[in-house]
Amino acid sequence: MNKFANLVLRDIRLAVRQGSAFTMTLSFFVVAVTLYPLGVGPELNILARIGPGVLWVGALLSCLLTLDRIFQADFEDGSLDQLMLGSLPVELMALAKIIAHWLTSVVPLILITPILAVSLNMPADGIWAMMLALLVGSPVLSLIGAVGAGLTVGMRRGGVLLSLLVLPLYIPVLIFGVAAVEAAIAVLPMGPHILLLAGFSLGALVVCPVAAAAALRLAVE
Amino acid sequence: MAIDLHRFANPARFLRITSAIFPWAVVTTALLLVAGLYLALFVSPEDYQQGATVRIMFVHVPAAWMAMSVYTMMAISSATGLIWKHPVADLSAKAAAPIGACFTFLALVTGSLWGQPMWGTFWVWDARLTSMLILFFLYLGYMAIWGSFDDQSKAAKAAAILVLIGAINIPIIKFSVDWWNTLHQPASVATMDGPKIHSSILTPLLVMGLAYTSLFLTIFIIRVKAEILERRLRILRLAHVED
Repeated sequence: MNKFANLVLRDIRLAVRQGSAFTMTLSFFVVAVTLYPLGVGPELNILARIGPGVLWVGALLSCLLTLDRIFQADFEDGSLDQLMLGSLPVELMALAKIIAHWLTSVVPLILITPILAVSLNMPADGIWAMMLALLVGSPVLSLIGAVGAGLTVGMRRGGVLLSLLVLPLYIPVLIFGVAAVEAAIAVLPMGPHILLLAGFSLGALVVCPVAAAAALRLAVE
Repeated sequence: MAIDLHRFANPARFLRITSAIFPWAVVTTALLLVAGLYLALFVSPEDYQQGATVRIMFVHVPAAWMAMSVYTMMAISSATGLIWKHPVADLSAKAAAPIGACFTFLALVTGSLWGQPMWGTFWVWDARLTSMLILFFLYLGYMAIWGSFDDQSKAAKAAAILVLIGAINIPIIKFSVDWWNTLHQPASVATMDGPKIHSSILTPLLVMGLAYTSLFLTIFIIRVKAEILERRLRILRLAHVED
C-alpha cells in the first residue's frame, strides 16, 4: 500500500513541478468553452440551454490532451520497465498512475467549472449538479483513457489513434452526465443519472486497470 | 473443450474444413438472397402508411442485426485468442471487422434513406441511430489499431483488448431502445410476448437475416483464408531474407 501511495505521490509531484500540464489543460478547457459563445452567439437563453453539454464536451476533450502522458514519459525514459519489474502488481501500478492523472488533470477542471458555468448563464442548481456529476463520472475518463494510453504507448503518432479509440467509449458518460445536469435544472430528480454514472465509474474501476496492465505488458515485451 | 479448440487452431485443418464448406455457403447465400429479396420486394404487403418504402426495412434491419452480431463474434473470438493463444481466432476477428463495418455502414445509410420519407429528415439523433454510429466508430478504431502495429502478434493482442472493452457498448446499444425511447420504433421482433409483427412481414425479414448471415460466412471464409495465406507468405519472405 505504501508503494502504491508513493507512486501516486511521485506522479503528482512530477506533474506539479512540471507545471505546464496543469495550466495547459485548464487553459485549453477555458479557451474551448469560450469558443462556443463566440460560435453560437451571445443569447443567454441559448447558452443556458447548451451549457451542460458544452462543459461536458470541453471536459472530455481537455482530459484527452493529457491522456497520452500517463505512460508515455515513463516509457520513454525506461522507468516504466523498472516499475513493471517492481514488486507492485502492474494492475495496481496502472491504477496509481490513473489516480494521479485524475487528480492532476481532471480535478482542476471540476474546480474551475463553476466559473465557466456562470459565464454560460447556468442556474445555481445546475452548477452544483454539474460539479457532482463531473466528480462522480469523470473517473471513467481517466480509467478508460488509461487503457487507450496503454495501447498506444510507444507509437509515434499515438495521440490521434488514442482519441479515435477512447472518445466513442466516453459517450455513455457524456449522455448521463448531461442528463443529470439537465434534470437538476428542470427540478427533476437527478439521482438515477448520478447513480448510473457512479455505476460506470465502479465498473471501469474493476475492468480498466486490468486491461491497461495487459496493454502495458504488450508494450514493453 | 480445450482439446477440441486446439484441433481447429491448426490453420491447415481450418483451411481444409472451410474449403469444404465454402461452395455450400456460396450456394446458400445466393438462394437465400434471391428468395429473401423476392419475398421482401414482391410478396410482402405494402404498409398502409408507409407504402412501398417499408421495404427498405428488409435491407436495413438485418444489416443492423449483423452489425451487432459480428461485433459480438469478434469479441468472442478475441477472448478465445487472448485466453487460449488460438492463432486462427485472432485472424478471424481481424477478418470479420471490415465486413462488420460494412454492415454497420449499410444499416446507417439505408436507415437514413428510410428516415427521409418517413421522418422528413435524413438523420435523427435518436438513441439507436447514434449507437449504431458509435459502433461504426468502434469498428474504425479496431481496424486502425491493427494497422498501427508492425508486429502482428502484438497487434492481435492490442486489438483484442480494445474489442473486449468496446464489447461493453453492445448491451448499451441493445437496450438503448428501452432507455431513451424517442422517435425510433421500440423493439418489436424479440419481445417477451413473441413477435409483434405479422408473419407476412416477419418471414421475409427472417429469410433476409439468414441470407445476410450466410453472406457474412462466405466473405468471412474468403478473408480468413487470405489472412492465413498472407501470414504464410510473410513467414516465407522472412525465411528468404534470412538465407
